[in-house]
Amino acid sequence: MSTQTILPVDRETVAALSSRKNEPAWLAESRLQALENAATLDYPKLEKTKIERWNLNTYGVYADAVEAKSFSDVPAEARSFLNEDGAQDMDNVLVQHNSGVVYRRLNAELAAKGIIFTDLETAVREHEALVKPYLMQALKADEHRMAALHAALWNGGAFLYIPKNVEVDIPLQALFYTDDAQATFAPHVLIVAEANSRVSYMDNYVSGQLQAPIVHNGVVEVFVKPGAKVTYASIHHLGEQATDVTFRRAIVENDGRIEWIVGEMHNGNAASETNSILQGNGSTSDAKIICVGNGEQKLNITTKAVHIGKSSDSQMITRAVMRESASSIINGITKIEKGATKANGEQTERVLMLSPKARGDANPILLIDEDDVTAGHAASAGQVNQEQVHYMMSRGISREDAENLIIRGFLAPVVAEVPNEYLQQLLKSYIERKLGQ
Amino acid sequence: MATQFVINGLKATIEGKEILKGIDLEMKGGEIHAIMGPNGTGKSTLASALMGHPKYEVTEGNVTINGEDLLEMEVDERARAGLFLAMQYPSEIAGVTNSDFMRSAINARRGEGNEISLIKFIRQMEGKMKELEMNEEFAHRYLNEGFSGGEKKRNEILQMMMLDPKIVVLDEIDSGLDIDALRIVANGVNAMRSEDRGFLIITHYQRLLNYVKPDFVHVMMQGRIVKSGGPELAERLEAEGYDWVKEELGITDETVGKDA
Repeated sequence: MSTQTILPVDRETVAALSSRKNEPAWLAESRLQALENAATLDYPKLEKTKIERWNLNTYGVYADAVEAKSFSDVPAEARSFLNEDGAQDMDNVLVQHNSGVVYRRLNAELAAKGIIFTDLETAVREHEALVKPYLMQALKADEHRMAALHAALWNGGAFLYIPKNVEVDIPLQALFYTDDAQATFAPHVLIVAEANSRVSYMDNYVSGQLQAPIVHNGVVEVFVKPGAKVTYASIHHLGEQATDVTFRRAIVENDGRIEWIVGEMHNGNAASETNSILQGNGSTSDAKIICVGNGEQKLNITTKAVHIGKSSDSQMITRAVMRESASSIINGITKIEKGATKANGEQTERVLMLSPKARGDANPILLIDEDDVTAGHAASAGQVNQEQVHYMMSRGISREDAENLIIRGFLAPVVAEVPNEYLQQLLKSYIERKLGQ
Repeated sequence: MATQFVINGLKATIEGKEILKGIDLEMKGGEIHAIMGPNGTGKSTLASALMGHPKYEVTEGNVTINGEDLLEMEVDERARAGLFLAMQYPSEIAGVTNSDFMRSAINARRGEGNEISLIKFIRQMEGKMKELEMNEEFAHRYLNEGFSGGEKKRNEILQMMMLDPKIVVLDEIDSGLDIDALRIVANGVNAMRSEDRGFLIITHYQRLLNYVKPDFVHVMMQGRIVKSGGPELAERLEAEGYDWVKEELGITDETVGKDA
């Protein structure tokens, strides 16, 4: 017997979305199919977290985006997340405001190389053949209810395509900005890096004043073709009203490489999975994730690597700082499939707890079905090391300053990896804000 | 005013076990004192208790630096009052660079609004590192992380030179140093000798004292200073070992705090 599930969206809304966008029939159909599946699928099963108890129903409705004619038409607050004075015109940037992308610019030189960088809605219409084989393929729409709802509802988003042998030195950047809780906010990021290409992309999820609860149901899919390298940096800093659920998946082919740098600086409940599927022989992944929790936040942060290819290598580091009553479940999953000989997977999860009420669980999980492999893990959850504090104090530094230095030092190695100085500064300021400075 | 450092009847315990059983010592600026003794006699405990390590509890006695009660102070206040301890096992702290750490320590002394300028700081640090024959990259490396034993010791001396303390305690600074590193560290100490700075050198061996000539030598056993003398005492200990001291004083087991 199955119970009747009431979904947060209905069929008419989804159909209307497709027709308004002039979406191809296959997409309109797949959205409706996904919605239908959503009713019978379960929520994703997260370690030690009952996500179904969170607010996951306030999706709002699709709100038409007003196209910005120039950068200065982009809301001022959103602009402030992209550069210092927020005025300077910017190339190689895409901005989503609530349900739709309002600004996109790709430098002519990059466009001439065949690079495509636009919102996913536009890409579906203009580059259908490049989108269709990949959309919802790394994360299938029938994997769980969140994936299905995302497949039904996604809007705006980013599509980045790098042709074969093309290397891009300038990082491309997207900003996903929400300030209206009534408007559905579900961007989908799709990156396809063809053989032997190289690209660095970063995005930032932020909110303005949200007056009511909202769900951000986001998906990132990255396809790394043979010999290609993709660096993906992402910072999430939505307001307390937002529940943030994000699935990031990369499928990496022979000798390809994915690098993730993620700052989970969200202010409400958040669950994320950053998953590298090392399909090809010699494929490699590196995931560095930091997370700061405060207030009553509940966080479930998972890094995962699935080794299918021979001699594949995964590195995963997660560092989390929990203060006040925040609680976090930090999971590292290394899965090595039968046949992935000579694979190597290393993972580390560390949680620093700054108050007696803060909670942190570090769960290293190794699932290994092949003998000829190496894998390692290290996990710890605890308070600031008092031996270190004593050492610093013995040089005249106050206890408070010593602890601050240690906490920032704990997060520093990941902050330093963010491939853009302004974004690095922004990340530092989020850390300061969340640490209550 | 010349620095005055007085330890008076100091007793300290670790986990309830008494290790220091009444230490008396007076030091003035310009003087170098050496504390020698076999392993397990309480030498390092004395250093840690003076600095205020939380594991040690002072149960009796007092310590003053220029008349100020040291034991009443927090660890950071002791440092700012002029005490410096070069540790036997310095902590490794990832993510905090050596130079950021050092600058924080200097600024903690100077106070808000009076921070050292970056240029001046860099010049100072580079100069001192050169004296200690340290590679410049050590300024930007994370504090002691991945440093070899000798590099950590040199880094302790670098901190001493940068912080300009009044009383310096060197806790086995010579252990794990090869002869070249020992010479460099000794030169660093000698360069810091001055009328208003006192040194307390804790060591097993005479080795370091060949380079840094002490004015006074004290032998520690069973948690007490059992014998004091001039530099000739260190030489005799090096030549003959500690057995004659034990014999003279009727001590069979020189250690302290061991479980029965």
